[in-house]
Amino acid sequence: MLLLCKSPVYYSINKMQADKEIPIKKAATKEGEVVIAIKGLKKSFGKNRVLKNINLEVTKGENVVVLGRSGQGKSVTIECIVGLLKPDAGSLKVFGQEVAEMDEMQLKELRMKIGFLFQSGALYDSMTVRENLEFPLTRVLKMDDQSEIDKRVNDVLESVGLADAIDKMPSDLSGGMRKRVGLARTLIVNPEIMLYDEPTTGLDPITSREISELMLKMQKKYKISSIIITHDMECARIVADRVLIMDEGEYIAEGSFEELRKSKNKLAEAYFTDIS
Amino acid sequence: MAEELEAEYPGWKKALEDTGEQVGFFSRFFKNIFTGGFEWSELVRQCYEIGYRSIMLVGITSFIMGVVLILQLRPTLIKFGASSMLPTTLSVSFIREIGPVIIAIICAGKMASSIGAELGSMKVTEQLDAMEVSGANPVQYLVVTRILATTLMVPLLTVIGDVIGLFGGFLALNLRDSVSFSLYFTKVIGALGFTDLFPALIKTIFFGMAIGFVGCYKGFHTSKGTESVGISANSAVVTASLWIFVIDAIAVQITSILFYK
Repeated sequence: MLLLCKSPVYYSINKMQADKEIPIKKAATKEGEVVIAIKGLKKSFGKNRVLKNINLEVTKGENVVVLGRSGQGKSVTIECIVGLLKPDAGSLKVFGQEVAEMDEMQLKELRMKIGFLFQSGALYDSMTVRENLEFPLTRVLKMDDQSEIDKRVNDVLESVGLADAIDKMPSDLSGGMRKRVGLARTLIVNPEIMLYDEPTTGLDPITSREISELMLKMQKKYKISSIIITHDMECARIVADRVLIMDEGEYIAEGSFEELRKSKNKLAEAYFTDIS
Repeated sequence: MAEELEAEYPGWKKALEDTGEQVGFFSRFFKNIFTGGFEWSELVRQCYEIGYRSIMLVGITSFIMGVVLILQLRPTLIKFGASSMLPTTLSVSFIREIGPVIIAIICAGKMASSIGAELGSMKVTEQLDAMEVSGANPVQYLVVTRILATTLMVPLLTVIGDVIGLFGGFLALNLRDSVSFSLYFTKVIGALGFTDLFPALIKTIFFGMAIGFVGCYKGFHTSKGTESVGISANSAVVTASLWIFVIDAIAVQITSILFYK
């Protein structure tokens, strides 16, 4: 145990669990309120119909996990939510506003309330960790008080257990550290919604668990609503309030993790086969 | 109608779409120059990266061009008994045409490829998307600064390259003949007028803008996959070089109409 206590992993988990306060503005939505409402969403790329009929509601503070094979349109759905892609048909409302009808300014305001964690972390590789974290503060929130910026950067880095990496370049970080910095960069602007695109892919089981627990911690602490796309069943088990299974552009099964584990749906069975 | 046209002229729709996208991209660039939050520090950094780090390359190439031109011109002019015209000939040809075009081509090779590859790899690794979804403006931060940096730096590098090239010519001339520094540069400067300097400088501004624009456009429109980064960088160099010749042809025509009737 003593050895374990001194190991970097134990130290890292311990640091992550330290209850560091991230300054946060008051949430504009109430608990239980629908923050994302999708009805009949369709999206095609040429002749390839990726999203055929997507219907989904996510409430304030809810963690929704989406499972599905690669190429089924999971990432396309969350890219539509932030306006990176425009749907062909259907309704997609975030905080009650139709995303497709938003002008540039409204879209920018919406994006300030949504955090998007990319599969690779998508850190700006010409900037240090500090500069990566300062970027949304100075460019998006237009903050100019350096002491306040430093405080936020330090606080959020401590929350993800990477205070020591502040002056490192992304190329000096491991995959797990990159994802944590990516998460810190999205959390630093205090989003109300988080969209995670395969947050634990390519990570070892310990780091995957750390990231999953961190996601859960953020949800509990700040009532952040999340959509998590993952193939990692352990991650799904830890974070999910609700699980959806996507196949051929549609959600074919829905329920809690336990409900789907007992489901007779063939695709669900395929996912939950190895879960004891 | 559209299907018949596509059968008759395959690719016209794609060409129109590409042109439309380029016009849209260019208008986004212009719009973002004048909207709030100009990235001064990034502009300075890009000027340093793009301009300062190209001085050595431009300087060496210009020096060699000056030397080679004198060595090539000398036998021909001696045949006509006009060896005293060497500084004048070099000066006019170098300042008006050879200097700006060759330096712009070198800059296209260095700048357009590096911008195309940098933004292309940012696109592939989802950094551009990350910037966009964070609510920041990637055009303002990445495109405006890079295009303005090339627009400012290419003319400056051309001026530096011209001076070094003419100096190279002076050294080459002294390999065979003996010409004093003051006589050489008196002849060089005496041969140049407003109509030589002004149009040459103006066209380098457009060369710089084309290099930056093509690099950024190709980088931003990189498709997924690391192979695409190489394709974007390569395509940026080829397209920028082509644009330099097109702009040069137009500039020479306009200059001829305005100044050499």
